[in-house]
Amino acid sequence: MTESLLTVQDLEISAGQRHLVHPTSFTIAAGERVGLIGESGSGKSLTSAAVMGLLPGELSARGQVKLSGTEGNLLTWSERRMARLRGRDLSMVFQEPMSALNPLMRVGEQVAEVMRIHRTANPAQAKARAVELLERVRLPDPRAAARAYPHQLSGGQRQRVMLAIAMANSPRLLICDEPTTALDVTVQAQVLDLIREAVVADGTGLLFITHDLAVVASVCERVMVMYRGRIVESGSCEQIFTDPQHEYTRGLLAASDLTATDDRGRLFTIASAARYRSHASGDGAMTDAEADAGSASRAAPVDLATGEPLIEVSELVKTYSRTRTSLFGRADRVEALRGISLSIPAGRRFGIVGESGSGKSTLLKILSGLEPPTTGSVQVGGVHVESATSAQLRSMREDLQIVFQDPFASLDPRMKVADIIAEPLVPMRVPERKRRERVAETLAAVGLEPESAHRFPHQFSGGQRQRISIARALVCRPRILVADEPVSALDVSVRAQVLNLLTDLVDEYQLTLVFVSHDLGVVRHLCSDVAVMKSGEIVETGDVESIYTNPQHPYTASLVAATPSLEDAFAAS
Amino acid sequence: MTTRRSLDPTLDPTGSAELAGETVEPGAPGAIDPGAVDAAAKPRRRRLNASLVIGLILVGLVVVMALVSYVWTPYNPTEAMPEDRLQGASAAHWFGTDRYGRDTFTWIMFGSRITLLVGIVSVAIAMLIGVPLGIIAGMTNSGLLSGTIMRGNDLLLAFPALLLAIVFSAVYGPGTGPAMVALGIASIPGFARVARSGTLQVMSTEYVMAARAANRGTFAIATTHVLPNIAGMVIVQASVAFALAVLAEAGLSFLGLGTQAPAPSWGRMLQESQQFLGTRPELALWPGLFIAIAVLGFNLLGDGLRDRLDPKLRGRD
Repeated sequence: MTESLLTVQDLEISAGQRHLVHPTSFTIAAGERVGLIGESGSGKSLTSAAVMGLLPGELSARGQVKLSGTEGNLLTWSERRMARLRGRDLSMVFQEPMSALNPLMRVGEQVAEVMRIHRTANPAQAKARAVELLERVRLPDPRAAARAYPHQLSGGQRQRVMLAIAMANSPRLLICDEPTTALDVTVQAQVLDLIREAVVADGTGLLFITHDLAVVASVCERVMVMYRGRIVESGSCEQIFTDPQHEYTRGLLAASDLTATDDRGRLFTIASAARYRSHASGDGAMTDAEADAGSASRAAPVDLATGEPLIEVSELVKTYSRTRTSLFGRADRVEALRGISLSIPAGRRFGIVGESGSGKSTLLKILSGLEPPTTGSVQVGGVHVESATSAQLRSMREDLQIVFQDPFASLDPRMKVADIIAEPLVPMRVPERKRRERVAETLAAVGLEPESAHRFPHQFSGGQRQRISIARALVCRPRILVADEPVSALDVSVRAQVLNLLTDLVDEYQLTLVFVSHDLGVVRHLCSDVAVMKSGEIVETGDVESIYTNPQHPYTASLVAATPSLEDAFAAS
Repeated sequence: MTTRRSLDPTLDPTGSAELAGETVEPGAPGAIDPGAVDAAAKPRRRRLNASLVIGLILVGLVVVMALVSYVWTPYNPTEAMPEDRLQGASAAHWFGTDRYGRDTFTWIMFGSRITLLVGIVSVAIAMLIGVPLGIIAGMTNSGLLSGTIMRGNDLLLAFPALLLAIVFSAVYGPGTGPAMVALGIASIPGFARVARSGTLQVMSTEYVMAARAANRGTFAIATTHVLPNIAGMVIVQASVAFALAVLAEAGLSFLGLGTQAPAPSWGRMLQESQQFLGTRPELALWPGLFIAIAVLGFNLLGDGLRDRLDPKLRGRD
């Protein structure tokens, strides 16, 4: 047992009468890497904010937080005393790299600033050391990066700068709050490696907050699982992942594993987690059998496919020209799609995978006739979308419906659920009474209570809202369902439920599914075919298993390798 | 390396019921999704908002005075009582009397009618013209129509409201009517801008995208999605424009370009009190105070409504 670096005892956080974090105790030893896992609203970020003394004013914290080498309880320290500690002994990397840096200050100065403030280096040394630090976080050309402004760097590069700032004074404890959630998978893998290396090299303690089990397995030695304001379980990574004790941990583990399915080919949810056996439990035969069952059910609709393409895209190009920002400035041109050709037969489940900026959302908008293509042709169910009359477009849209990414933004907050779901029926001139019947049917199909119809969207949780969104898409019985990252904004346990629902509905309504995602794991579970997109082009297309197991294009290979999975995490540890 | 393992003893490890159900009050949607560990939407807390309450009280005071003046006033406003002229406050005349012996309190009550009328009519004119223009400009963003509307708007904005009112009274003769129309026209740009920026925001949301994908026409999107979602911002703007109109009407009447004699108006009372400022300063004090109350009331009301209605300030739950 090494001496403990941070001791948190009976930490309790409340807003007025409401307890957000129930009395929680944990310790972090010097140099130890600890993961704190939980879903949104579980209190994990509040716990870290309390340790840093950064709780919002309306929240109050009780209990004890002690840092070795300092006297007394950090919670009772004055803001001035805490400020001297923050950035020197304790430092933090935040989730959103876009807003964590000062946009008006050069990156090098921001790194040097933290050393100047704490007087750990004189101005000249600080400047030189800033470049060293930027080199250490592997920014290409650190000298140039030091002179750059944040907007000139990409999200991953900014997160590296944040890490450089956090590590500048060789802190004893680094807190990372979802540092890679906003990043693409390939970038995420690099940043995670960097964090681990930096922390190990300096012997810094790490408190790593995340909702992603696979990420925590690749960085941390020990894991604490937080659920509704309590740490329900803690132990070494291996223990937690192979032999979880608490119901919730088991559920989380089962729901995270997109390769394991139950005997009906469904993903495990918290409720069905009891039957789940993890990969690492050594019961490989079981999971293999399940995987077979899963792929059998996946393969089934393929046989139904008639081979006749329902969606046909050829040589699609989309160029956006940004409006000129000044009178004499040049209009920027952005090539979102550069010659895409695709053919999706009826009855297939077609996945489109790509990172942010790859043009996958643009492709969807053009498919659904929401944006005109620059050149090229799109044919959906016999209708040429690019030259369709408004009547043709109308009939095409009755065939093709969309589920959007953000369940908070895709439902009109001022409309009742019944009106939201019935909206596609209004232009079809379905009479009022019939509309209500269809809404009730669809609500039942997506697993919502009939009473939900009279509520407003804000009264529902993220998963429920996504069900409403799916109901709206299915109410007019389309032949094609287009889903734009429908589960990326959801918690892991809810994700499994929504994916299962989608699977069921696609079977039941015999839909052709076009599923866009950045997550290869999700696509692998759900889809029969996949196209991989990169910078407006399709680099590889084929059936999902062969792409996943035997990628031909180097980009696909790097995508597969970078996708954090529980299996890989175990293999590494 | 420390490998500790601990289980929270307070939690039943087989407590699936606790995992499934959320602690929400009966009837809340948490119960709908069986087996969901979704964080159920929390009931939104409605906090009492000081500026909203004070604003409502001040505006309410003016409105009540105006309504009561239709059924009861202490005196007849046009009734002159020369023997009682230029009196201070007393039991008979609460706010004193003016140079003709007319009761100041009665005049304040009658004046509130004109104040509210001018506010309502000018804001209605501005809203009915400005909001549709703004929505059209927002929905046809970057088109020729949008450009024309917004540049016309800028032209109007560059023209001072009072100057416009003076021009109107020069053309149509001074009076409450021309003043109301002029103030209404001058407030159009504010509404058009608010409506346009709100519309742009709403048009970029996924729910409008969903409506377009569901074949809803432009007009249907404007009335079912855009209008309800920008209503909050428009109401806030209306409240602020109301305050400005009240102030502008008082100014016009003070200059003799607004409400004409013998109709009672706070602006005219201020003007008439000028020559008695040395001897009877309260003649200026009372109308001034009530103009301040009305303006402050509508401004606070606007602030309070903004806190409650503006989607940008309202957190997601």
